[in-house]
Order: sequence, then C-alpha cells, then structure tokens
Amino acid sequence: MQKRLLLNKKHLDITISRLCHELIENHLPFENTVLIGLQPKGVFVAERIKSKLEEIIKKPIELGYLDITFYRDDFRRRDEPLKPNETRVPFIIEDKNVILIDDVLYTGRSVKSAMDAMSAFGRPSKVEFLTLIDRIHSRHIPIEANYIGKQVNTVLSQKVLVELTEQGKKEDKIWLIDKSK
Amino acid sequence: MSHLSSKHLLGIKNLTKEDIQLIFETADNFKDVINRPIKKVPSLRDITIANVFFENSTRTKLSFELAEKRLSADVINFSASGSSVKKGETLLDTVNNILAMKVDMIVMRHSSPGAPHFLSKHINANIVNAGDGTHEHPTQALLDAYSMRERVGDLEGKNVAIIGDIVHSRVALSNIFALQKLGANVMICGPATLIPKYLSSFGVKVVSDIRQALEWCDIANILRIQLERQQIKYFPSLREYSLYFGVNKKLLDSLNKEIVIMHPGPINRGVEITSDVADSQHSIILDQVENGVATRMAVLYLLAGNVS
Repeated sequence: MQKRLLLNKKHLDITISRLCHELIENHLPFENTVLIGLQPKGVFVAERIKSKLEEIIKKPIELGYLDITFYRDDFRRRDEPLKPNETRVPFIIEDKNVILIDDVLYTGRSVKSAMDAMSAFGRPSKVEFLTLIDRIHSRHIPIEANYIGKQVNTVLSQKVLVELTEQGKKEDKIWLIDKSK
Repeated sequence: MSHLSSKHLLGIKNLTKEDIQLIFETADNFKDVINRPIKKVPSLRDITIANVFFENSTRTKLSFELAEKRLSADVINFSASGSSVKKGETLLDTVNNILAMKVDMIVMRHSSPGAPHFLSKHINANIVNAGDGTHEHPTQALLDAYSMRERVGDLEGKNVAIIGDIVHSRVALSNIFALQKLGANVMICGPATLIPKYLSSFGVKVVSDIRQALEWCDIANILRIQLERQQIKYFPSLREYSLYFGVNKKLLDSLNKEIVIMHPGPINRGVEITSDVADSQHSIILDQVENGVATRMAVLYLLAGNVS
C-alpha cells in the first residue's frame, strides 16, 4: 500500500481560505445563503468553512448537518446496514441558497442522495456543491462541484483518506492511498 | 455493530443488549424523520412487506403499516377474517401463498404462542412477531423501553412495575426480557390469579399490593385487563379489581413521589387506570404510540438489511 500526501495542514488552511473567498464572491452578504455539511466528514469541512467565513465577513452564517444514510441507493447492496448519524437542519431552506459541503466527491451518488434527503426539508432557491477533494474521471452520475479544493486524478484501486483533528487525529492530513502498490 | 444478530424479530429473549441499543439508536434517527414536514425516506423502496394478522389489532397494525409506508416499502395487508383460513387452510400454506407474490418480509400476529417461530423454520422471508398469543410482543417491549429511556434516561438500576393482567399479556413477558437486558429492576403486581407461577423464576419481584408496587417503582407500566381471553372468572368483578388494583389520582397523590405512567393500550378507562391519570402530565401513553412508529421503522430497516 502506497500513501501520498495530498494536503497538509498549511495547504488545507490555504485551500479553505480560498474556497471561502470564492463563496464570498458569489454569496456576500450571505443573507439568503445557508451551509449544509454532509455527515460524517463533510460536517467537519463545513464547520471550518463557516468559521473562516464568519472570521472574514464578521457575521454569523447558518450551518446544518445532513445525514444521507436512509437515502442511499446502495442499501442492501452492502454487507450490513449503515448506521445513521444525526441530521440537524435548524433553519428553513425554502427559497434559500444552499451550499452542500462534503470532504470528497467520487462517484457523485452521495451528492444525489444528499439532494434527495435535502428535499425533505423544503425547496431551496438554488443548490451548490463544495468539495475539498474532487476525484475526477470517476463519476457514476453527472454531478459536478461548484467549488473545489483540489482536483485529483484517481483510479479505482486508489482511495482518498481525510484525516482531520476533529476526528481525534494529531494533524490535518489528506492522503491518496494506492491499495494496489 | 450496525446489524442485528438475527434475521427475524421473534421475541426479545433472543436479542442481545447490543441489538436493543442499536434499535434505539436507529429509532432516534427515525423519530427525527417522522417529525419533519416530509416524513418519508426511500430506504425500503424495493421491499414488499405483508402484514399478516390472524388476530384483531388496531394500533399495532396501523403503527406497522405507517412505519412501512414511511420507509417507502410496498405493503399488503392480510386479515384472517374473511380469508381462506376460515376454509381450513394451514398457516404455512397461507404464508407460502403470500410469499409466492414475492414478499420479502412478514409482520405476523397470531393467537398461538410460537407461531412465528414455527414459520421462521420453514420460510426464507424475514419475520417480525407482532404478538403471538400470550407469549411475546417484542416491538411493544422495544417501544416501551425506548419511551422509558426517553423520559428517565438510562434504565440501568431503574425500578419498573408491571401492573395488571400478566397471565394473558404478551407485553409483560417481552417487557421483562427487555428491561432486564437493559439493567432495570422489574416488579410484577396484580391479583394472584392473574400472575403466572413461573414468573418468579425470571428474577422479578412479585407482589399483590398496588401501593407497595407504586412506592417501589420509578415507572408503572399498567396493563389492560384482557376480558376477551378470560374463559373463567379470575376475579369477582371489574369494580373490585378497580378498587384493589386500579391506579387513580388519589392513590398517586398519596405516594409523595412522582412516577411515570405507561399503558400499551387500549385502555379500559376507570378499570385499570382512571382518566385523570391516563391524561396527566406523568403519563407517556401517547409518546408510546409515537415512539411505536419510530421503533418499528428501526426494526424493519435493520432487518431489511439482511434481505437477500
């Protein structure tokens, strides 16, 4: 197994900061925009984005957590049922601009499930998608991100491993793992 | 662990404590779902469930049907009355005919104890026992324990009194198993004629003084007098039962403590429980009904993960 570091703490901070400025370009003053992090790891990325945005624009931004377990299309195709996480969307998304946030975009199925799950909370005006890592050339369905931290060309035997301090890791590190080597 | 240790839910006796905790954790998420504006998730959209009720039921059947529909399963309902069962068809033949229609799961209520266990040995579909005679009613026990946990927190060390017609109850046995697995202490209270002799061997306290039971417990689960199952007279009159074993406000007020009141329904108002107790703030009877849907959704979701 071979591991290649894609982002370290410094590069992750720069990436988060750059993504925030891209969001500011399109959403300032954020009056009608909310963030929704996808459980489990997208939530950590979303919290960092929220925190950085609030630091820059000096006003609070609403953040929700969305769990997609019950909306996945691979239920019963896995060895065992997935354990759900908390969903907490404490605001109305009707007619809002929603920015869905996840750590890695791979096949696109999670994002599709997230949009299904989100529709249980209302009809947003516009939905955008932000991902920290975009695994290009690996999509199963036609979904693309609006905001991308880093694009990586990967093959099936490779995996992106996101390690963040929020998960109890010592340091932020995002790895590309090649199981075939 | 994110799957149950069994492909069927035949009773609480066969579940592990971890199974019960997993069902509760999953039910927490479904409770959130059923309180949203859109109460439905697509998890079981390719599953067909047959509710096979050989015995009358209102709330259990409705609760299961709602749980199934909120999981997006296809649902068919079967009632023994007006069916070929009346023409002499056997249980196995009836169920095999239903399964031939490509049904994946069976939710079954039957008047004979062990009927779902028998069925589980002969068919491949997942079976959920929705009450087998006076034996077990596992989803009722799960929703009861879930409702208790919601009101008083962890059940470890808590005192729960099960009061009333124990001998005819399928809820009592499942409750005892579930509560003991979760670390609660269980006391049984009722007229000696309505308490089976074997119960004390399960490690539960048995008393026939309602005041003693209420003074001891944190939670009172009051069961219905099942007159329809009583072929002989187990007590002189309903009035006398109500006088000695009925839970009323005056009795509760005299205790100098607050206890949580539960009842699996349907209630014989004025017999085992008075209206001012059933409708009081200490009662979680309607929470039990709400939690029934979430708990049954959790059970069906977790079992459906095993459907091949």
